[in-house]
Amino acid sequence: MFDLLGVPPQVLFGQLLLGLINGSFYALLSLGLAVIFGMLNVINFAHGALYMIGAFVAWLLLTKLGLGYWWALGLSPLIVGLLGVVLEKTMLSRLYKLDHLYGLLLTFGLALIMEGAFRHFYGVSGQPYPIPDALKGGQNLGFMFLPNYRGWVVVASLIVCFGTWFAIERTRLGAYLRAATENPVLVQAFGINVPVMITATYGFGVALAGLAGVLAAPIYQVSPLMGTNLIIVVFAVVVIGGMGSILGAIVTGLGLGLLEGLTKVFYPEASNIVVFVVMAIVLLIKPAGLFGRER
Amino acid sequence: MPDGATVKTTMLEIRDLQAFYGESHVLHGVNIDVRQGEVVTLLGRNGAGKTTTMRSIMGIVGKRNGSIRFQGKELIGMAQHKIPRLGIGYVPEERGIFASLSVDENLMLPPVVKAGGMTVPQIYELFPNLQGRGTTQGTRLSGGEQQMLAIARILRTGADLILLDEPTEGLAPVIIEQIGVAVRKLKQRGFTIVLVEQNFRFAATIADRHYVMEEGHVVDMIPNDQLAQNMDKLHTYLGV
Repeated sequence: MFDLLGVPPQVLFGQLLLGLINGSFYALLSLGLAVIFGMLNVINFAHGALYMIGAFVAWLLLTKLGLGYWWALGLSPLIVGLLGVVLEKTMLSRLYKLDHLYGLLLTFGLALIMEGAFRHFYGVSGQPYPIPDALKGGQNLGFMFLPNYRGWVVVASLIVCFGTWFAIERTRLGAYLRAATENPVLVQAFGINVPVMITATYGFGVALAGLAGVLAAPIYQVSPLMGTNLIIVVFAVVVIGGMGSILGAIVTGLGLGLLEGLTKVFYPEASNIVVFVVMAIVLLIKPAGLFGRER
Repeated sequence: MPDGATVKTTMLEIRDLQAFYGESHVLHGVNIDVRQGEVVTLLGRNGAGKTTTMRSIMGIVGKRNGSIRFQGKELIGMAQHKIPRLGIGYVPEERGIFASLSVDENLMLPPVVKAGGMTVPQIYELFPNLQGRGTTQGTRLSGGEQQMLAIARILRTGADLILLDEPTEGLAPVIIEQIGVAVRKLKQRGFTIVLVEQNFRFAATIADRHYVMEEGHVVDMIPNDQLAQNMDKLHTYLGV
Protein backbone atom coordinates (compact mmCIF):
# COMPACT_ATOMS: atom_id res chain seq x y z
CA MET A 1 0.00 0.00 0.00
CA PHE A 2 1.10 3.57 -0.63
CA ASP A 3 2.06 5.92 2.12
CA LEU A 4 1.05 9.55 2.44
CA LEU A 5 3.79 11.67 3.98
CA GLY A 6 4.91 8.57 5.82
CA VAL A 7 1.41 7.86 7.16
CA PRO A 8 -0.38 4.63 6.21
CA PRO A 9 -3.75 5.45 4.51
CA GLN A 10 -5.68 3.33 7.03
CA VAL A 11 -4.48 5.62 9.80
CA LEU A 12 -5.06 8.78 7.82
CA PHE A 13 -8.59 7.88 6.69
CA GLY A 14 -9.41 6.37 10.05
CA GLN A 15 -8.60 9.63 11.76
CA LEU A 16 -10.38 11.65 9.09
CA LEU A 17 -13.51 9.56 9.65
CA LEU A 18 -13.22 10.12 13.38
CA GLY A 19 -12.80 13.80 12.66
CA LEU A 20 -15.87 13.76 10.43
CA ILE A 21 -17.90 12.06 13.19
CA ASN A 22 -16.80 14.60 15.78
CA GLY A 23 -17.42 17.31 13.20
CA SER A 24 -20.98 16.03 12.71
CA PHE A 25 -21.66 16.48 16.42
CA TYR A 26 -19.97 19.88 16.46
CA ALA A 27 -22.13 20.91 13.52
CA LEU A 28 -25.41 19.69 15.03
CA LEU A 29 -24.69 21.28 18.39
CA SER A 30 -23.31 24.57 17.13
CA LEU A 31 -26.22 24.80 14.69
CA GLY A 32 -28.65 24.67 17.64
CA LEU A 33 -26.59 27.26 19.50
CA ALA A 34 -26.52 29.51 16.43
CA VAL A 35 -30.28 29.26 15.90
CA ILE A 36 -30.91 30.06 19.56
CA PHE A 37 -28.38 32.89 19.71
CA GLY A 38 -29.73 34.45 16.52
CA MET A 39 -33.29 34.61 17.76
CA LEU A 40 -32.97 34.92 21.54
CA ASN A 41 -29.59 36.56 21.92
CA VAL A 42 -28.93 33.99 24.60
CA ILE A 43 -25.73 31.98 24.75
CA ASN A 44 -27.25 28.67 25.72
CA PHE A 45 -24.80 27.16 28.16
CA ALA A 46 -27.26 24.37 28.92
CA HIS A 47 -26.77 22.99 25.40
CA GLY A 48 -24.26 20.34 26.45
CA ALA A 49 -26.45 19.22 29.33
CA LEU A 50 -29.45 18.93 27.01
CA TYR A 51 -27.36 16.86 24.59
CA MET A 52 -26.51 14.60 27.53
CA ILE A 53 -30.20 14.39 28.49
CA GLY A 54 -31.00 13.46 24.88
CA ALA A 55 -28.64 10.49 25.19
CA PHE A 56 -30.01 9.56 28.63
CA VAL A 57 -33.61 9.69 27.43
CA ALA A 58 -32.62 7.21 24.70
CA TRP A 59 -30.96 4.97 27.28
CA LEU A 60 -33.92 5.20 29.69
CA LEU A 61 -36.41 4.49 26.89
CA LEU A 62 -34.44 1.34 26.10
CA THR A 63 -33.80 0.07 29.63
CA LYS A 64 -37.08 1.09 31.30
CA LEU A 65 -39.59 0.84 28.46
CA GLY A 66 -37.84 -1.41 25.99
CA LEU A 67 -38.16 1.18 23.23
CA GLY A 68 -35.21 0.91 20.87
CA TYR A 69 -33.01 3.26 18.91
CA TRP A 70 -35.48 4.28 16.21
CA TRP A 71 -38.10 5.20 18.79
CA ALA A 72 -35.50 7.20 20.68
CA LEU A 73 -34.48 9.02 17.51
CA GLY A 74 -37.99 10.47 17.34
CA LEU A 75 -39.01 10.65 20.99
CA SER A 76 -35.84 11.93 22.61
CA PRO A 77 -35.54 15.18 20.59
CA LEU A 78 -39.26 15.71 21.23
CA ILE A 79 -38.85 15.29 24.98
CA VAL A 80 -35.74 17.48 25.12
CA GLY A 81 -37.50 20.06 22.93
CA LEU A 82 -40.48 20.14 25.32
CA LEU A 83 -38.13 20.50 28.25
CA GLY A 84 -36.60 23.46 26.39
CA VAL A 85 -40.05 24.99 25.86
CA VAL A 86 -40.73 24.74 29.60
CA LEU A 87 -37.35 26.27 30.49
CA GLU A 88 -37.87 29.12 28.05
CA LYS A 89 -41.44 29.84 29.16
CA THR A 90 -40.78 29.71 32.86
CA MET A 91 -37.27 31.16 33.16
CA LEU A 92 -35.41 32.42 30.09
CA SER A 93 -38.25 34.58 28.83
CA ARG A 94 -38.00 36.72 31.96
CA LEU A 95 -34.44 37.72 31.14
CA TYR A 96 -34.74 39.14 27.61
CA LYS A 97 -34.88 42.73 28.81
CA LEU A 98 -31.62 42.31 30.73
CA ASP A 99 -28.03 41.97 29.55
CA HIS A 100 -27.07 38.79 27.60
CA LEU A 101 -24.93 37.83 30.51
CA TYR A 102 -27.96 36.89 32.62
CA GLY A 103 -29.16 34.39 30.04
CA LEU A 104 -25.71 32.86 29.99
CA LEU A 105 -25.56 32.68 33.79
CA LEU A 106 -29.02 31.15 34.02
CA THR A 107 -28.30 28.47 31.42
CA PHE A 108 -24.92 27.78 33.01
CA GLY A 109 -26.67 27.23 36.35
CA LEU A 110 -29.27 25.01 34.70
CA ALA A 111 -26.50 22.95 33.09
CA LEU A 112 -24.86 22.41 36.49
CA ILE A 113 -28.17 21.36 38.05
CA MET A 114 -29.03 18.95 35.24
CA GLU A 115 -25.59 17.37 35.20
CA GLY A 116 -25.50 17.20 38.99
CA ALA A 117 -28.86 15.44 39.07
CA PHE A 118 -27.83 12.81 36.54
CA ARG A 119 -24.53 12.30 38.32
CA HIS A 120 -26.38 11.74 41.55
CA PHE A 121 -28.62 9.04 40.08
CA TYR A 122 -26.36 7.40 37.51
CA GLY A 123 -22.78 8.07 38.60
CA VAL A 124 -20.05 9.15 36.23
CA SER A 125 -18.94 5.83 34.84
CA GLY A 126 -21.24 5.87 31.81
CA GLN A 127 -23.81 3.42 30.47
CA PRO A 128 -23.36 1.41 27.29
CA TYR A 129 -25.92 1.79 24.50
CA PRO A 130 -26.04 -0.84 21.78
CA ILE A 131 -25.80 -0.06 18.08
CA PRO A 132 -29.17 -0.86 16.45
CA ASP A 133 -29.17 -4.15 14.56
CA ALA A 134 -29.82 -2.55 11.20
CA LEU A 135 -26.63 -0.53 11.47
CA LYS A 136 -24.26 -3.16 12.80
CA GLY A 137 -21.27 -4.23 10.77
CA GLY A 138 -19.39 -2.15 8.24
CA GLN A 139 -18.12 -1.72 4.71
CA ASN A 140 -14.65 -2.38 3.44
CA LEU A 141 -13.97 0.56 1.16
CA GLY A 142 -10.58 -0.74 0.07
CA PHE A 143 -8.58 2.07 1.60
CA MET A 144 -10.36 1.83 4.95
CA PHE A 145 -13.08 0.09 6.94
CA LEU A 146 -16.26 2.13 7.47
CA PRO A 147 -18.52 1.00 10.33
CA ASN A 148 -22.14 1.37 9.19
CA TYR A 149 -23.24 3.20 12.29
CA ARG A 150 -20.59 5.88 11.90
CA GLY A 151 -21.49 6.38 8.26
CA TRP A 152 -25.11 6.76 9.34
CA VAL A 153 -24.22 9.42 11.93
CA VAL A 154 -22.42 11.51 9.33
CA VAL A 155 -25.24 11.19 6.78
CA ALA A 156 -28.01 11.81 9.31
CA SER A 157 -26.36 14.89 10.74
CA LEU A 158 -25.64 16.29 7.27
CA ILE A 159 -29.29 15.81 6.31
CA VAL A 160 -30.54 17.49 9.50
CA CYS A 161 -28.04 20.35 9.22
CA PHE A 162 -28.78 21.17 5.61
CA GLY A 163 -32.51 20.60 6.13
CA THR A 164 -32.38 23.19 8.91
CA TRP A 165 -30.34 25.53 6.75
CA PHE A 166 -32.86 25.18 3.94
CA ALA A 167 -35.82 25.76 6.26
CA ILE A 168 -34.28 28.93 7.64
CA GLU A 169 -32.81 30.41 4.48
CA ARG A 170 -35.27 29.33 1.82
CA THR A 171 -38.78 29.04 3.26
CA ARG A 172 -41.45 31.46 4.38
CA LEU A 173 -41.26 30.32 8.00
CA GLY A 174 -37.51 30.87 7.84
CA ALA A 175 -38.10 34.38 6.49
CA TYR A 176 -40.22 35.13 9.57
CA LEU A 177 -37.43 33.81 11.73
CA ARG A 178 -34.73 35.86 10.01
CA ALA A 179 -36.91 38.97 10.07
CA ALA A 180 -37.74 38.49 13.76
CA THR A 181 -34.05 38.04 14.51
CA GLU A 182 -33.42 41.43 12.93
CA ASN A 183 -36.39 43.44 14.15
CA PRO A 184 -38.81 41.55 16.41
CA VAL A 185 -40.93 44.63 17.17
CA LEU A 186 -41.74 45.25 13.52
CA VAL A 187 -42.47 41.59 12.81
CA GLN A 188 -44.90 41.66 15.72
CA ALA A 189 -46.43 44.82 14.22
CA PHE A 190 -47.19 42.78 11.09
CA GLY A 191 -49.32 40.44 13.16
CA ILE A 192 -46.91 37.62 13.90
CA ASN A 193 -46.81 36.24 17.43
CA VAL A 194 -43.11 36.68 18.10
CA PRO A 195 -42.99 35.35 21.68
CA VAL A 196 -44.41 32.04 20.46
CA MET A 197 -41.79 31.99 17.69
CA ILE A 198 -39.05 32.57 20.25
CA THR A 199 -40.25 29.71 22.43
CA ALA A 200 -40.51 27.42 19.42
CA THR A 201 -37.02 28.39 18.28
CA TYR A 202 -35.51 27.54 21.65
CA GLY A 203 -37.42 24.26 21.67
CA PHE A 204 -36.15 23.43 18.18
CA GLY A 205 -32.55 24.41 18.97
CA VAL A 206 -32.37 22.19 22.03
CA ALA A 207 -34.22 19.39 20.21
CA LEU A 208 -31.22 19.37 17.83
CA ALA A 209 -29.01 18.88 20.89
CA GLY A 210 -31.28 16.03 22.00
CA LEU A 211 -31.00 14.44 18.56
CA ALA A 212 -27.22 14.73 18.68
CA GLY A 213 -27.37 12.99 22.06
CA VAL A 214 -29.26 10.01 20.62
CA LEU A 215 -26.85 9.76 17.68
CA ALA A 216 -23.93 9.88 20.10
CA ALA A 217 -25.27 7.27 22.52
CA PRO A 218 -23.98 4.16 20.67
CA ILE A 219 -20.61 5.80 19.90
CA TYR A 220 -19.68 7.43 23.19
CA GLN A 221 -20.89 6.13 26.50
CA VAL A 222 -24.05 7.64 27.92
CA SER A 223 -22.62 9.61 30.80
CA PRO A 224 -23.61 12.75 32.74
CA LEU A 225 -20.37 14.42 31.72
CA MET A 226 -20.55 13.75 27.99
CA GLY A 227 -21.97 17.24 27.36
CA THR A 228 -19.37 19.09 29.37
CA ASN A 229 -16.58 17.42 27.44
CA LEU A 230 -18.00 18.47 24.13
CA ILE A 231 -19.57 21.84 24.74
CA ILE A 232 -16.38 23.83 25.20
CA VAL A 233 -15.18 22.84 21.73
CA VAL A 234 -18.64 23.57 20.36
CA PHE A 235 -18.52 27.09 21.77
CA ALA A 236 -15.17 27.58 20.04
CA VAL A 237 -16.79 26.37 16.80
CA VAL A 238 -19.60 28.90 17.18
CA VAL A 239 -17.12 31.71 17.78
CA ILE A 240 -15.05 30.69 14.74
CA GLY A 241 -18.10 30.34 12.48
CA GLY A 242 -19.62 33.62 13.66
CA MET A 243 -22.28 33.94 16.34
CA GLY A 244 -25.72 33.30 14.94
CA SER A 245 -24.58 32.24 11.45
CA ILE A 246 -26.37 29.05 10.39
CA LEU A 247 -24.16 28.07 7.48
CA GLY A 248 -21.11 29.15 9.49
CA ALA A 249 -22.00 26.75 12.29
CA ILE A 250 -22.41 23.80 9.92
CA VAL A 251 -19.34 24.36 7.77
CA THR A 252 -17.09 25.27 10.69
CA GLY A 253 -18.30 22.31 12.74
CA LEU A 254 -17.47 19.79 10.03
CA GLY A 255 -14.28 21.57 9.02
CA LEU A 256 -12.88 21.71 12.52
CA GLY A 257 -13.71 18.07 13.15
CA LEU A 258 -11.66 17.18 10.08
CA LEU A 259 -8.88 19.52 11.13
CA GLU A 260 -8.76 17.83 14.52
CA GLY A 261 -8.56 14.44 12.81
CA LEU A 262 -5.70 15.58 10.59
CA THR A 263 -3.84 17.02 13.55
CA LYS A 264 -4.14 13.67 15.32
CA VAL A 265 -2.34 12.06 12.38
CA PHE A 266 0.42 14.57 11.84
CA TYR A 267 0.96 16.16 15.23
CA PRO A 268 -1.10 14.33 17.87
CA GLU A 269 0.17 16.47 20.73
CA ALA A 270 -1.71 19.50 19.33
CA SER A 271 -5.00 17.74 18.55
CA ASN A 272 -6.73 18.88 21.74
CA ILE A 273 -5.88 22.52 21.29
CA VAL A 274 -5.94 23.02 17.53
CA VAL A 275 -9.54 24.25 17.61
CA PHE A 276 -8.65 26.89 20.18
CA VAL A 277 -5.59 27.99 18.24
CA VAL A 278 -7.83 28.48 15.20
CA MET A 279 -10.28 30.38 17.40
CA ALA A 280 -7.57 32.73 18.62
CA ILE A 281 -6.35 33.40 15.07
CA VAL A 282 -9.87 33.99 13.75
CA LEU A 283 -10.66 36.35 16.62
CA LEU A 284 -7.53 38.34 15.86
CA ILE A 285 -8.14 38.60 12.14
CA LYS A 286 -11.94 38.56 11.84
CA PRO A 287 -13.56 39.13 15.25
CA ALA A 288 -17.10 38.57 13.93
CA GLY A 289 -16.16 35.02 12.89
CA LEU A 290 -15.63 33.50 9.45
CA PHE A 291 -19.30 33.74 8.44
CA GLY A 292 -20.47 36.40 10.88
CA ARG A 293 -21.59 39.91 10.08
CA GLU A 294 -20.20 42.83 12.03
CA ARG A 295 -22.99 44.36 14.07
CA MET B 1 -68.51 69.94 10.82
CA PRO B 2 -67.32 72.17 7.99
CA ASP B 3 -66.08 69.39 5.73
CA GLY B 4 -69.27 67.38 5.86
CA ALA B 5 -67.36 64.61 7.60
CA THR B 6 -70.18 63.30 9.74
CA VAL B 7 -71.52 61.49 6.70
CA LYS B 8 -68.76 58.88 6.71
CA THR B 9 -68.24 56.37 9.47
CA THR B 10 -65.43 56.76 11.95
CA MET B 11 -62.71 54.20 11.43
CA LEU B 12 -60.26 55.19 14.13
CA GLU B 13 -61.18 57.02 17.30
CA ILE B 14 -58.47 58.00 19.77
CA ARG B 15 -59.55 59.45 23.11
CA ASP B 16 -57.39 60.82 25.91
CA LEU B 17 -54.43 58.66 24.85
CA GLN B 18 -51.52 58.68 27.29
CA ALA B 19 -48.29 56.90 26.43
CA PHE B 20 -45.06 56.29 28.31
CA TYR B 21 -41.54 55.15 27.46
CA GLY B 22 -40.23 53.86 30.75
CA GLU B 23 -40.48 56.79 33.17
CA SER B 24 -41.10 59.47 30.58
CA HIS B 25 -44.67 60.44 29.86
CA VAL B 26 -44.78 61.17 26.13
CA LEU B 27 -48.44 61.55 25.16
CA HIS B 28 -50.76 63.60 27.37
CA GLY B 29 -54.29 62.99 26.24
CA VAL B 30 -54.35 62.77 22.44
CA ASN B 31 -57.73 62.94 20.69
CA ILE B 32 -57.95 62.07 17.00
CA ASP B 33 -60.72 60.87 14.70
CA VAL B 34 -60.13 59.33 11.30
CA ARG B 35 -63.02 58.50 9.04
CA GLN B 36 -63.22 55.82 6.44
CA GLY B 37 -61.38 56.75 3.24
CA GLU B 38 -59.73 59.85 4.67
CA VAL B 39 -56.11 60.87 4.51
CA VAL B 40 -55.20 62.57 7.78
CA THR B 41 -51.81 63.95 8.66
CA LEU B 42 -50.18 64.48 11.99
CA LEU B 43 -48.02 67.58 11.83
CA GLY B 44 -45.71 68.92 14.49
CA ARG B 45 -42.13 69.50 15.44
CA ASN B 46 -39.71 66.78 16.38
CA GLY B 47 -40.66 65.19 19.66
CA ALA B 48 -44.27 66.37 19.51
CA GLY B 49 -45.50 62.78 19.79
CA LYS B 50 -46.48 61.95 16.20
CA THR B 51 -44.51 58.75 15.90
CA THR B 52 -45.46 57.76 19.44
CA THR B 53 -49.12 58.14 18.51
CA MET B 54 -48.60 55.67 15.65
CA ARG B 55 -46.64 53.29 17.82
CA SER B 56 -49.39 53.48 20.42
CA ILE B 57 -51.96 52.45 17.84
CA MET B 58 -49.79 49.41 17.00
CA GLY B 59 -49.25 48.66 20.69
CA ILE B 60 -45.48 48.97 20.55
CA VAL B 61 -44.87 51.59 23.23
CA GLY B 62 -43.99 50.81 26.83
CA LYS B 63 -47.34 51.60 28.38
CA ARG B 64 -50.46 53.34 27.15
CA ASN B 65 -53.89 54.15 28.42
CA GLY B 66 -56.98 56.01 27.34
CA SER B 67 -58.87 54.61 24.39
CA ILE B 68 -58.04 53.69 20.80
CA ARG B 69 -60.97 52.23 18.93
CA PHE B 70 -60.56 50.77 15.45
CA GLN B 71 -63.85 49.97 13.71
CA GLY B 72 -65.41 49.93 17.15
CA LYS B 73 -62.87 47.56 18.72
CA GLU B 74 -60.75 48.73 21.63
CA LEU B 75 -57.03 48.29 20.91
CA ILE B 76 -55.71 49.12 24.37
CA GLY B 77 -55.24 45.89 26.24
CA MET B 78 -55.33 43.82 23.07
CA ALA B 79 -52.40 41.44 22.42
CA GLN B 80 -49.85 43.22 20.21
CA HIS B 81 -49.88 40.74 17.35
CA LYS B 82 -53.68 40.84 17.10
CA ILE B 83 -53.83 44.57 16.33
CA PRO B 84 -52.46 44.37 12.75
CA ARG B 85 -54.74 41.40 12.14
CA LEU B 86 -57.76 43.70 12.44
CA GLY B 87 -56.58 45.38 9.23
CA ILE B 88 -54.04 48.00 10.26
CA GLY B 89 -50.82 48.23 8.25
CA TYR B 90 -47.80 50.00 9.67
CA VAL B 91 -44.99 51.59 7.66
CA PRO B 92 -42.40 52.69 10.21
CA GLU B 93 -40.25 55.78 9.99
CA GLU B 94 -37.03 53.82 9.58
CA ARG B 95 -38.82 51.81 6.85
CA GLY B 96 -37.87 48.54 8.43
CA ILE B 97 -36.61 46.73 5.35
CA PHE B 98 -34.94 43.51 6.47
CA ALA B 99 -31.32 43.09 5.44
CA SER B 100 -31.38 39.31 5.75
CA LEU B 101 -34.36 39.05 3.40
CA SER B 102 -34.55 39.52 -0.36
CA VAL B 103 -36.90 42.08 -1.88
CA ASP B 104 -39.42 39.31 -2.61
CA GLU B 105 -39.19 37.96 0.91
CA ASN B 106 -39.66 41.46 2.31
CA LEU B 107 -42.67 41.94 0.07
CA MET B 108 -44.27 38.64 1.07
CA LEU B 109 -43.42 38.85 4.77
CA PRO B 110 -46.48 40.47 6.37
CA PRO B 111 -49.25 37.89 6.58
CA VAL B 112 -52.48 38.54 4.71
CA VAL B 113 -55.01 39.62 7.34
CA LYS B 114 -58.09 40.29 5.23
CA ALA B 115 -59.38 39.49 1.78
CA GLY B 116 -59.20 42.27 -0.78
CA GLY B 117 -55.53 43.16 -0.58
CA MET B 118 -53.67 44.22 -3.70
CA THR B 119 -52.10 41.54 -5.86
CA VAL B 120 -48.39 41.53 -6.62
CA PRO B 121 -48.94 42.64 -10.28
CA GLN B 122 -51.09 45.53 -9.02
CA ILE B 123 -48.33 46.47 -6.59
CA TYR B 124 -45.72 46.43 -9.37
CA GLU B 125 -48.02 48.63 -11.42
CA LEU B 126 -48.07 51.12 -8.54
CA PHE B 127 -44.32 50.88 -7.91
CA PRO B 128 -42.65 49.88 -11.21
CA ASN B 129 -39.22 50.40 -9.61
CA LEU B 130 -39.67 47.23 -7.57
CA GLN B 131 -40.29 44.99 -10.55
CA GLY B 132 -37.48 42.63 -11.44
CA ARG B 133 -35.64 43.33 -8.19
CA GLY B 134 -37.01 40.28 -6.37
CA THR B 135 -33.76 38.54 -5.53
CA THR B 136 -31.88 41.70 -4.49
CA GLN B 137 -31.07 41.97 -0.80
CA GLY B 138 -33.72 44.27 0.70
CA THR B 139 -31.35 46.89 2.04
CA ARG B 140 -29.46 47.18 -1.27
CA LEU B 141 -32.36 49.12 -2.73
CA SER B 142 -32.08 52.91 -2.76
CA GLY B 143 -33.78 54.84 0.04
CA GLY B 144 -36.73 55.68 -2.19
CA GLU B 145 -37.14 52.09 -3.36
CA GLN B 146 -36.97 50.87 0.24
CA GLN B 147 -39.77 53.28 1.10
CA MET B 148 -41.82 51.95 -1.81
CA LEU B 149 -41.18 48.40 -0.66
CA ALA B 150 -42.18 49.28 2.91
CA ILE B 151 -45.51 50.60 1.63
CA ALA B 152 -45.92 47.85 -0.96
CA ARG B 153 -45.68 44.98 1.50
CA ILE B 154 -48.54 46.42 3.55
CA LEU B 155 -50.81 46.74 0.52
CA ARG B 156 -50.75 42.97 0.00
CA THR B 157 -52.18 42.25 3.44
CA GLY B 158 -55.66 43.60 2.91
CA ALA B 159 -55.24 46.17 5.69
CA ASP B 160 -57.66 49.06 5.17
CA LEU B 161 -56.02 51.54 7.53
CA ILE B 162 -52.41 52.41 6.74
CA LEU B 163 -50.11 54.26 9.11
CA LEU B 164 -47.34 55.98 7.15
CA ASP B 165 -44.58 57.44 9.29
CA GLU B 166 -42.63 60.11 7.37
CA PRO B 167 -42.58 58.41 3.98
CA THR B 168 -40.68 61.30 2.37
CA GLU B 169 -37.91 61.67 4.93
CA GLY B 170 -34.50 61.99 3.33
CA LEU B 171 -35.74 61.39 -0.22
CA ALA B 172 -35.06 63.36 -3.41
CA PRO B 173 -37.90 65.55 -4.75
CA VAL B 174 -38.46 63.28 -7.77
CA ILE B 175 -38.96 60.30 -5.49
CA ILE B 176 -41.19 62.27 -3.15
CA GLU B 177 -43.38 63.04 -6.13
CA GLN B 178 -43.61 59.33 -7.00
CA ILE B 179 -44.57 58.47 -3.45
CA GLY B 180 -47.18 61.27 -3.56
CA VAL B 181 -48.70 59.83 -6.73
CA ALA B 182 -48.82 56.39 -5.13
CA VAL B 183 -50.48 57.66 -1.93
CA ARG B 184 -53.11 59.51 -3.98
CA LYS B 185 -53.84 56.32 -5.93
CA LEU B 186 -54.21 54.45 -2.66
CA LYS B 187 -56.69 57.05 -1.49
CA GLN B 188 -58.69 56.57 -4.69
CA ARG B 189 -58.73 52.87 -4.02
CA GLY B 190 -60.42 53.59 -0.70
CA PHE B 191 -57.57 53.12 1.74
CA THR B 192 -57.71 55.16 4.91
CA ILE B 193 -54.34 56.71 5.65
CA VAL B 194 -52.78 58.35 8.66
CA LEU B 195 -49.62 60.17 7.67
CA VAL B 196 -46.92 61.62 9.85
CA GLU B 197 -45.09 64.31 7.91
CA GLN B 198 -42.48 66.94 8.47
CA ASN B 199 -42.74 67.92 4.81
CA PHE B 200 -45.76 70.12 5.10
CA ARG B 201 -45.98 70.92 1.39
CA PHE B 202 -46.14 67.22 0.59
CA ALA B 203 -48.85 66.72 3.20
CA ALA B 204 -50.93 69.56 1.77
CA THR B 205 -51.12 67.87 -1.64
CA ILE B 206 -52.74 64.67 -0.39
CA ALA B 207 -54.44 65.16 2.97
CA ASP B 208 -58.07 65.87 3.85
CA ARG B 209 -57.32 67.18 7.32
CA HIS B 210 -54.29 68.01 9.44
CA TYR B 211 -53.90 67.45 13.13
CA VAL B 212 -51.23 69.62 14.72
CA MET B 213 -49.42 68.12 17.69
CA GLU B 214 -47.35 69.85 20.33
CA GLU B 215 -45.75 68.39 23.44
CA GLY B 216 -47.78 65.21 23.46
CA HIS B 217 -51.22 66.47 22.56
CA VAL B 218 -53.26 67.70 19.64
CA VAL B 219 -53.43 71.48 19.65
CA ASP B 220 -55.35 72.08 16.45
CA MET B 221 -57.18 70.48 13.54
CA ILE B 222 -57.17 72.20 10.16
CA PRO B 223 -59.16 70.89 7.18
CA ASN B 224 -57.06 70.99 4.04
CA ASP B 225 -59.43 73.41 2.29
CA GLN B 226 -58.96 75.96 5.09
CA LEU B 227 -55.22 75.73 4.96
CA ALA B 228 -54.71 79.06 3.20
CA GLN B 229 -56.51 81.02 5.94
CA ASN B 230 -54.53 79.23 8.63
CA MET B 231 -51.05 79.52 7.24
CA ASP B 232 -49.84 82.05 9.83
CA LYS B 233 -51.06 79.92 12.69
CA LEU B 234 -49.45 76.84 11.18
CA HIS B 235 -46.13 78.59 10.74
CA THR B 236 -46.14 79.43 14.42
CA TYR B 237 -46.93 75.81 15.37
CA LEU B 238 -44.29 74.28 13.16
CA GLY B 239 -41.72 77.04 13.49
CA VAL B 240 -41.04 77.08 9.76
